[in-house]
Amino acid sequence: MAEVVAVIASTHHPFYYRASTSTGDDRPPFADEWVAKIERFRETLTRAKPDVLVMVGSDHFHQLWLDNMPQFLVGKAPFYDANWYNEEREFGLPRFRLEGHEELSSHILRGGLDSGFDLAFSNELRIDHSITCPIITLRPEADLPIVPIYTNIFAPPLPQPSRFVELGRQIRRLVESWPGNERVAIIGTGHLSLELGGPRQFGPHGPDPEFDRKAVEWIASGDIEGCLAEVTLDSLHAPGNATHGFMDFMLMMGAAGDGVRADHVDSLDLFHTMEAYFTWYPKATADGTHGAGRADA
Amino acid sequence: MSKYLLNKFLFTVDRDPELVERYREDPADLVTWWEENEANRILNCIADERSTWLAFTDEERAALTAHDHVALFRMGAHPFLTLTLFIAMFERDNTEPLQYQKAYGAALAEFSLPYPDIAT
Repeated sequence: MAEVVAVIASTHHPFYYRASTSTGDDRPPFADEWVAKIERFRETLTRAKPDVLVMVGSDHFHQLWLDNMPQFLVGKAPFYDANWYNEEREFGLPRFRLEGHEELSSHILRGGLDSGFDLAFSNELRIDHSITCPIITLRPEADLPIVPIYTNIFAPPLPQPSRFVELGRQIRRLVESWPGNERVAIIGTGHLSLELGGPRQFGPHGPDPEFDRKAVEWIASGDIEGCLAEVTLDSLHAPGNATHGFMDFMLMMGAAGDGVRADHVDSLDLFHTMEAYFTWYPKATADGTHGAGRADA
Repeated sequence: MSKYLLNKFLFTVDRDPELVERYREDPADLVTWWEENEANRILNCIADERSTWLAFTDEERAALTAHDHVALFRMGAHPFLTLTLFIAMFERDNTEPLQYQKAYGAALAEFSLPYPDIAT
Protein backbone atom coordinates (compact mmCIF):
# COMPACT_ATOMS: atom_id res chain seq x y z
CA MET A 1 0.00 0.00 0.00
CA ALA A 2 1.02 3.57 -0.56
CA GLU A 3 2.40 5.41 2.43
CA VAL A 4 1.55 8.95 3.44
CA VAL A 5 5.03 10.19 4.34
CA ALA A 6 4.13 13.82 5.04
CA VAL A 7 1.09 16.01 5.41
CA ILE A 8 1.90 19.65 4.78
CA ALA A 9 -0.26 22.74 5.18
CA SER A 10 0.87 26.18 4.14
CA THR A 11 -0.22 29.62 3.17
CA HIS A 12 0.38 30.37 -0.51
CA HIS A 13 1.85 33.82 -0.87
CA PRO A 14 2.22 34.71 -4.54
CA PHE A 15 4.81 37.40 -3.70
CA TYR A 16 7.33 34.87 -2.39
CA TYR A 17 8.82 34.07 -5.78
CA ARG A 18 9.57 37.69 -6.60
CA ALA A 19 10.73 38.52 -3.06
CA SER A 20 13.08 35.54 -2.94
CA THR A 21 14.63 36.10 -6.38
CA SER A 22 14.97 39.89 -6.28
CA THR A 23 18.35 41.50 -5.64
CA GLY A 24 19.82 44.87 -4.70
CA ASP A 25 17.37 47.69 -4.09
CA ASP A 26 14.48 45.56 -5.31
CA ARG A 27 14.95 43.01 -2.52
CA PRO A 28 12.49 43.66 0.33
CA PRO A 29 13.93 43.82 3.86
CA PHE A 30 12.00 40.74 4.97
CA ALA A 31 13.20 38.55 2.08
CA ASP A 32 16.18 36.90 3.79
CA GLU A 33 14.19 35.83 6.86
CA TRP A 34 11.38 34.58 4.60
CA VAL A 35 13.78 32.54 2.46
CA ALA A 36 15.39 31.01 5.55
CA LYS A 37 12.01 29.91 6.89
CA ILE A 38 11.01 28.49 3.51
CA GLU A 39 14.26 26.56 3.21
CA ARG A 40 13.68 24.96 6.61
CA PHE A 41 10.10 24.19 5.56
CA ARG A 42 11.31 22.72 2.25
CA GLU A 43 13.61 20.37 4.15
CA THR A 44 10.59 18.87 5.93
CA LEU A 45 9.31 17.65 2.57
CA THR A 46 12.71 16.69 1.18
CA ARG A 47 13.52 14.42 4.11
CA ALA A 48 10.20 12.57 3.66
CA LYS A 49 11.46 11.42 0.23
CA PRO A 50 8.11 11.62 -1.56
CA ASP A 51 7.39 10.02 -4.94
CA VAL A 52 4.02 11.69 -5.55
CA LEU A 53 2.38 14.89 -4.36
CA VAL A 54 -1.38 15.18 -3.77
CA MET A 55 -1.89 18.94 -3.87
CA VAL A 56 -4.94 20.75 -2.54
CA GLY A 57 -5.61 24.32 -3.59
CA SER A 58 -8.29 26.61 -4.98
CA ASP A 59 -8.57 28.03 -8.46
CA HIS A 60 -8.73 31.83 -8.32
CA PHE A 61 -11.20 32.31 -11.19
CA HIS A 62 -8.68 31.08 -13.73
CA GLN A 63 -10.16 27.98 -15.32
CA LEU A 64 -13.20 27.49 -13.10
CA TRP A 65 -15.93 30.02 -13.66
CA LEU A 66 -19.41 30.91 -12.47
CA ASP A 67 -21.18 29.29 -15.43
CA ASN A 68 -20.05 25.85 -14.23
CA MET A 69 -18.58 25.95 -10.74
CA PRO A 70 -17.55 22.74 -8.98
CA GLN A 71 -17.24 22.60 -5.19
CA PHE A 72 -14.53 19.92 -5.11
CA LEU A 73 -12.64 18.88 -8.25
CA VAL A 74 -9.89 16.35 -8.87
CA GLY A 75 -7.53 16.72 -11.81
CA LYS A 76 -6.96 13.57 -13.86
CA ALA A 77 -4.53 14.32 -16.66
CA PRO A 78 -1.07 13.25 -17.77
CA PHE A 79 0.23 16.82 -17.49
CA TYR A 80 -0.73 20.12 -15.92
CA ASP A 81 0.44 23.37 -17.37
CA ALA A 82 0.84 25.96 -14.68
CA ASN A 83 0.27 29.63 -13.98
CA TRP A 84 -1.70 32.24 -15.87
CA TYR A 85 -1.11 35.53 -17.61
CA ASN A 86 -2.50 37.58 -14.74
CA GLU A 87 -0.19 35.77 -12.29
CA GLU A 88 2.80 36.54 -14.46
CA ARG A 89 1.61 40.13 -14.71
CA GLU A 90 0.96 40.76 -11.02
CA PHE A 91 3.37 38.40 -9.26
CA GLY A 92 6.05 37.62 -11.83
CA LEU A 93 5.32 33.89 -11.52
CA PRO A 94 7.01 31.64 -14.09
CA ARG A 95 5.11 29.21 -16.28
CA PHE A 96 5.96 25.54 -16.03
CA ARG A 97 4.53 22.09 -16.53
CA LEU A 98 4.00 19.32 -14.01
CA GLU A 99 3.47 15.66 -14.65
CA GLY A 100 0.22 14.08 -13.47
CA HIS A 101 -0.37 10.76 -11.72
CA GLU A 102 -3.53 9.61 -13.49
CA GLU A 103 -3.87 6.29 -11.69
CA LEU A 104 -3.90 7.87 -8.25
CA SER A 105 -6.31 10.53 -9.55
CA SER A 106 -8.65 7.76 -10.73
CA HIS A 107 -8.40 6.01 -7.38
CA ILE A 108 -9.26 9.19 -5.47
CA LEU A 109 -12.15 9.98 -7.82
CA ARG A 110 -13.65 6.49 -7.61
CA GLY A 111 -13.13 6.24 -3.88
CA GLY A 112 -14.47 9.71 -3.28
CA LEU A 113 -17.60 9.09 -5.32
CA ASP A 114 -18.17 5.82 -3.49
CA SER A 115 -17.83 7.45 -0.09
CA GLY A 116 -20.21 10.38 -0.32
CA PHE A 117 -18.18 13.03 -2.17
CA ASP A 118 -19.61 13.75 -5.62
CA LEU A 119 -16.28 14.97 -6.92
CA ALA A 120 -16.01 16.81 -10.22
CA PHE A 121 -13.05 16.02 -12.44
CA SER A 122 -10.98 17.68 -15.12
CA ASN A 123 -8.95 16.03 -17.87
CA GLU A 124 -7.33 19.31 -18.92
CA LEU A 125 -6.50 21.57 -16.04
CA ARG A 126 -4.18 24.54 -16.01
CA ILE A 127 -3.25 25.01 -12.37
CA ASP A 128 -2.69 28.32 -10.62
CA HIS A 129 -0.62 29.73 -7.79
CA SER A 130 -2.56 27.94 -5.06
CA ILE A 131 -0.72 24.83 -6.25
CA THR A 132 2.38 26.32 -7.87
CA CYS A 133 3.34 28.42 -4.83
CA PRO A 134 3.99 25.29 -2.75
CA ILE A 135 5.87 23.79 -5.70
CA ILE A 136 8.08 26.88 -5.72
CA THR A 137 8.57 26.85 -1.96
CA LEU A 138 8.69 23.11 -1.23
CA ARG A 139 9.80 21.38 -4.43
CA PRO A 140 11.27 23.94 -6.83
CA GLU A 141 12.66 21.14 -8.99
CA ALA A 142 9.00 20.52 -9.97
CA ASP A 143 10.02 16.93 -10.71
CA LEU A 144 7.30 14.85 -9.02
CA PRO A 145 3.94 13.78 -10.44
CA ILE A 146 0.94 15.41 -8.81
CA VAL A 147 -2.73 14.91 -8.20
CA PRO A 148 -4.30 18.39 -8.01
CA ILE A 149 -7.48 18.80 -5.97
CA TYR A 150 -9.36 22.08 -6.10
CA THR A 151 -11.84 23.33 -3.52
CA ASN A 152 -14.27 26.22 -3.80
CA ILE A 153 -13.40 28.76 -1.11
CA PHE A 154 -14.08 31.62 -3.43
CA ALA A 155 -17.50 31.70 -5.09
CA PRO A 156 -20.45 31.36 -2.69
CA PRO A 157 -22.43 29.28 -1.96
CA LEU A 158 -19.52 27.33 -0.43
CA PRO A 159 -19.46 23.91 1.24
CA GLN A 160 -19.53 23.92 5.04
CA PRO A 161 -16.23 23.88 6.97
CA SER A 162 -17.03 20.40 8.28
CA ARG A 163 -17.09 19.13 4.68
CA PHE A 164 -13.56 20.38 4.14
CA VAL A 165 -12.41 18.53 7.26
CA GLU A 166 -14.20 15.37 6.20
CA LEU A 167 -12.78 15.54 2.68
CA GLY A 168 -9.30 15.84 4.15
CA ARG A 169 -9.88 12.74 6.26
CA GLN A 170 -11.17 10.91 3.20
CA ILE A 171 -8.24 11.93 1.00
CA ARG A 172 -5.90 10.55 3.66
CA ARG A 173 -7.83 7.23 3.75
CA LEU A 174 -7.92 7.01 -0.03
CA VAL A 175 -4.20 7.60 -0.42
CA GLU A 176 -3.49 5.00 2.24
CA SER A 177 -5.70 2.51 0.39
CA TRP A 178 -3.93 3.06 -2.93
CA PRO A 179 -2.37 -0.30 -3.86
CA GLY A 180 0.87 1.22 -5.09
CA ASN A 181 4.22 1.43 -3.36
CA GLU A 182 4.58 5.18 -3.68
CA ARG A 183 5.56 7.48 -0.88
CA VAL A 184 2.90 10.18 -1.02
CA ALA A 185 2.96 13.67 0.46
CA ILE A 186 -0.38 15.45 0.84
CA ILE A 187 0.16 19.19 0.54
CA GLY A 188 -2.54 21.84 0.83
CA THR A 189 -2.51 25.60 0.88
CA GLY A 190 -4.93 28.19 2.13
CA HIS A 191 -4.96 31.42 4.07
CA LEU A 192 -5.11 32.76 7.58
CA SER A 193 -6.99 36.06 7.92
CA LEU A 194 -6.94 37.85 4.60
CA GLU A 195 -8.68 40.77 2.96
CA LEU A 196 -8.64 41.25 -0.82
CA GLY A 197 -10.37 44.16 -2.49
CA GLY A 198 -11.83 45.50 0.76
CA PRO A 199 -11.05 48.32 3.21
CA ARG A 200 -8.71 46.23 5.38
CA GLN A 201 -6.38 45.07 2.59
CA PHE A 202 -2.61 45.56 2.51
CA GLY A 203 -2.25 46.63 6.12
CA PRO A 204 1.00 46.28 8.09
CA HIS A 205 -0.19 42.85 9.30
CA GLY A 206 -2.95 40.44 8.40
CA PRO A 207 -6.38 41.97 9.03
CA ASP A 208 -7.01 39.92 12.21
CA PRO A 209 -3.88 38.92 14.19
CA GLU A 210 -6.02 37.42 16.96
CA PHE A 211 -7.71 35.07 14.50
CA ASP A 212 -4.29 34.18 13.11
CA ARG A 213 -2.97 33.34 16.57
CA LYS A 214 -5.93 31.07 17.27
CA ALA A 215 -5.78 29.51 13.82
CA VAL A 216 -2.09 28.63 14.14
CA GLU A 217 -2.80 26.98 17.50
CA TRP A 218 -5.75 24.99 16.10
CA ILE A 219 -3.64 23.72 13.22
CA ALA A 220 -0.45 23.08 15.20
CA SER A 221 -2.32 21.06 17.85
CA GLY A 222 -4.71 19.34 15.43
CA ASP A 223 -7.63 20.79 17.38
CA ILE A 224 -10.32 20.05 14.82
CA GLU A 225 -13.08 20.02 17.41
CA GLY A 226 -12.15 23.42 18.81
CA CYS A 227 -11.78 24.86 15.34
CA LEU A 228 -15.13 23.55 14.12
CA ALA A 229 -16.81 24.88 17.26
CA GLU A 230 -15.82 28.45 16.34
CA VAL A 231 -15.56 28.52 12.56
CA THR A 232 -18.65 28.83 10.38
CA LEU A 233 -19.25 30.15 6.89
CA ASP A 234 -20.61 33.33 8.49
CA SER A 235 -17.87 33.73 11.10
CA LEU A 236 -15.12 33.66 8.47
CA HIS A 237 -16.25 37.03 7.10
CA ALA A 238 -15.13 38.75 10.30
CA PRO A 239 -11.35 38.15 10.09
CA GLY A 240 -11.21 39.36 6.46
CA ASN A 241 -13.24 38.96 3.30
CA ALA A 242 -10.93 36.29 1.80
CA THR A 243 -10.57 34.26 5.00
CA HIS A 244 -12.71 31.42 3.68
CA GLY A 245 -9.40 30.16 2.29
CA PHE A 246 -8.79 29.01 5.86
CA MET A 247 -11.09 26.08 5.07
CA ASP A 248 -8.27 24.56 3.02
CA PHE A 249 -6.22 24.53 6.24
CA MET A 250 -9.18 22.77 7.88
CA LEU A 251 -9.11 20.19 5.09
CA MET A 252 -5.43 19.59 5.84
CA MET A 253 -6.20 19.24 9.56
CA GLY A 254 -8.56 16.46 8.54
CA ALA A 255 -5.78 14.86 6.51
CA ALA A 256 -3.33 15.15 9.42
CA GLY A 257 -5.74 13.64 11.94
CA ASP A 258 -7.70 14.66 15.04
CA GLY A 259 -5.49 15.81 17.86
CA VAL A 260 -2.26 15.17 15.99
CA ARG A 261 0.31 17.84 16.78
CA ALA A 262 2.34 19.10 13.84
CA ASP A 263 6.03 18.18 13.79
CA HIS A 264 7.06 21.46 12.18
CA VAL A 265 5.33 24.76 12.92
CA ASP A 266 6.53 28.13 11.73
CA SER A 267 5.01 31.47 10.84
CA LEU A 268 6.07 34.87 9.57
CA ASP A 269 4.22 38.08 10.23
CA LEU A 270 4.22 39.96 6.93
CA PHE A 271 2.40 42.99 5.65
CA HIS A 272 -1.03 42.07 4.28
CA THR A 273 -1.19 38.55 5.72
CA MET A 274 0.57 36.13 8.05
CA GLU A 275 2.47 33.24 6.57
CA ALA A 276 2.21 29.86 8.33
CA TYR A 277 3.85 26.50 7.67
CA PHE A 278 3.03 23.07 9.14
CA THR A 279 4.34 19.56 8.53
CA TRP A 280 3.15 16.30 10.06
CA TYR A 281 4.98 12.98 9.74
CA PRO A 282 2.24 10.36 10.04
CA LYS A 283 4.54 7.45 10.87
CA ALA A 284 5.70 8.77 14.22
CA THR A 285 7.22 6.04 16.35
CA ALA A 286 6.97 5.38 20.06
CA ASP A 287 10.43 6.74 20.76
CA GLY A 288 9.54 10.10 19.29
CA THR A 289 11.37 9.84 16.00
CA HIS A 290 9.43 10.07 12.80
CA GLY A 291 8.99 8.12 9.64
CA ALA A 292 10.96 10.50 7.52
CA GLY A 293 13.64 10.86 10.15
CA ARG A 294 13.89 7.09 10.43
CA ALA A 295 14.40 6.87 6.71
CA ASP A 296 17.30 9.27 7.07
CA ALA A 297 18.88 7.31 9.92
CA MET B 1 -28.96 43.87 -10.90
CA SER B 2 -26.58 41.20 -12.10
CA LYS B 3 -23.55 40.57 -9.98
CA TYR B 4 -22.87 37.70 -12.33
CA LEU B 5 -22.58 39.96 -15.38
CA LEU B 6 -20.34 42.43 -13.55
CA ASN B 7 -18.11 39.52 -12.59
CA LYS B 8 -18.17 38.21 -16.16
CA PHE B 9 -16.96 41.57 -17.41
CA LEU B 10 -14.16 41.74 -14.83
CA PHE B 11 -13.17 38.11 -15.46
CA THR B 12 -13.03 38.27 -19.24
CA VAL B 13 -11.27 41.64 -19.42
CA ASP B 14 -8.71 40.74 -16.75
CA ARG B 15 -7.51 37.65 -18.60
CA ASP B 16 -6.90 39.41 -21.92
CA PRO B 17 -3.94 41.83 -22.10
CA GLU B 18 -5.44 43.74 -25.03
CA LEU B 19 -8.74 44.28 -23.23
CA VAL B 20 -6.96 45.39 -20.05
CA GLU B 21 -5.27 48.17 -22.04
CA ARG B 22 -8.46 49.16 -23.83
CA TYR B 23 -10.32 49.34 -20.52
CA ARG B 24 -7.62 51.54 -19.02
CA GLU B 25 -7.42 53.90 -21.99
CA ASP B 26 -11.07 54.25 -23.07
CA PRO B 27 -13.45 52.66 -20.57
CA ALA B 28 -16.65 54.00 -22.17
CA ASP B 29 -15.75 52.52 -25.54
CA LEU B 30 -14.65 49.20 -24.06
CA VAL B 31 -17.73 48.80 -21.86
CA THR B 32 -20.04 49.56 -24.80
CA TRP B 33 -18.20 47.14 -27.07
CA TRP B 34 -18.15 44.44 -24.40
CA GLU B 35 -21.85 44.67 -23.61
CA GLU B 36 -22.74 44.47 -27.31
CA ASN B 37 -20.39 41.64 -28.22
CA GLU B 38 -19.38 39.71 -25.13
CA ALA B 39 -22.03 39.98 -22.44
CA ASN B 40 -24.13 37.16 -23.90
CA ARG B 41 -21.32 34.95 -25.10
CA ILE B 42 -21.27 31.63 -23.24
CA LEU B 43 -17.57 31.16 -22.73
CA ASN B 44 -17.11 27.67 -24.11
CA CYS B 45 -19.78 27.81 -26.84
CA ILE B 46 -19.76 28.97 -30.44
CA ALA B 47 -21.10 32.45 -31.20
CA ASP B 48 -24.40 31.12 -32.57
CA GLU B 49 -25.22 29.61 -29.20
CA ARG B 50 -25.36 32.84 -27.25
CA SER B 51 -27.51 33.77 -24.32
CA THR B 52 -30.28 36.24 -25.06
CA TRP B 53 -30.94 38.02 -21.77
CA LEU B 54 -27.84 39.55 -20.20
CA ALA B 55 -27.49 43.35 -19.98
CA PHE B 56 -26.09 45.86 -17.51
CA THR B 57 -28.32 48.20 -15.54
CA ASP B 58 -27.57 51.89 -15.97
CA GLU B 59 -25.92 51.90 -12.56
CA GLU B 60 -23.65 48.98 -13.41
CA ARG B 61 -22.67 50.44 -16.78
CA ALA B 62 -21.88 53.77 -15.15
CA ALA B 63 -19.74 52.18 -12.43
CA LEU B 64 -17.71 50.21 -14.95
CA THR B 65 -17.32 53.21 -17.24
CA ALA B 66 -16.15 55.40 -14.35
CA HIS B 67 -13.61 52.80 -13.12
CA ASP B 68 -15.55 53.16 -9.84
CA HIS B 69 -14.31 50.25 -7.74
CA VAL B 70 -16.16 51.57 -4.67
CA ALA B 71 -19.49 51.33 -6.49
CA LEU B 72 -18.58 47.87 -7.76
CA PHE B 73 -17.87 46.78 -4.17
CA ARG B 74 -21.21 48.24 -3.06
CA MET B 75 -23.03 46.31 -5.79
CA GLY B 76 -21.45 43.03 -4.72
CA ALA B 77 -19.02 42.47 -7.58
CA HIS B 78 -16.44 39.88 -6.53
CA PRO B 79 -13.69 41.87 -4.75
CA PHE B 80 -10.90 39.60 -5.98
CA LEU B 81 -11.86 40.13 -9.62
CA THR B 82 -12.16 43.89 -9.22
CA LEU B 83 -8.89 44.20 -7.33
CA THR B 84 -6.91 42.07 -9.76
CA LEU B 85 -8.07 43.96 -12.83
CA PHE B 86 -7.67 47.40 -11.25
CA ILE B 87 -4.14 46.57 -10.07
CA ALA B 88 -3.38 45.54 -13.65
CA MET B 89 -4.55 48.91 -14.91
CA PHE B 90 -3.25 51.27 -12.26
CA GLU B 91 -0.38 49.78 -10.23
CA ARG B 92 1.97 50.91 -13.00
CA ASP B 93 1.36 54.52 -11.92
CA ASN B 94 2.72 53.90 -8.40
CA THR B 95 5.50 56.17 -7.22
CA GLU B 96 6.05 54.02 -4.12
CA PRO B 97 5.40 50.32 -3.40
CA LEU B 98 1.75 49.35 -2.76
CA GLN B 99 0.62 52.96 -3.20
CA TYR B 100 -2.32 52.05 -5.41
CA GLN B 101 -3.28 49.02 -3.33
CA LYS B 102 -3.40 51.09 -0.13
CA ALA B 103 -5.37 53.90 -1.77
CA TYR B 104 -7.81 51.35 -3.16
CA GLY B 105 -8.44 50.05 0.37
CA ALA B 106 -8.69 53.55 1.86
CA ALA B 107 -11.35 54.49 -0.71
CA LEU B 108 -13.49 51.68 0.76
CA ALA B 109 -13.26 53.00 4.33
CA GLU B 110 -17.01 53.68 4.46
CA PHE B 111 -17.74 49.94 4.52
CA SER B 112 -17.99 47.95 7.72
CA LEU B 113 -19.14 44.39 8.34
CA PRO B 114 -21.17 42.85 6.95
CA TYR B 115 -19.87 43.80 3.53
CA PRO B 116 -22.21 43.68 0.53
CA ASP B 117 -23.16 40.12 -0.35
CA ILE B 118 -21.09 38.69 -3.23
CA ALA B 119 -23.09 35.50 -3.74
CA THR B 120 -24.26 35.07 -7.32
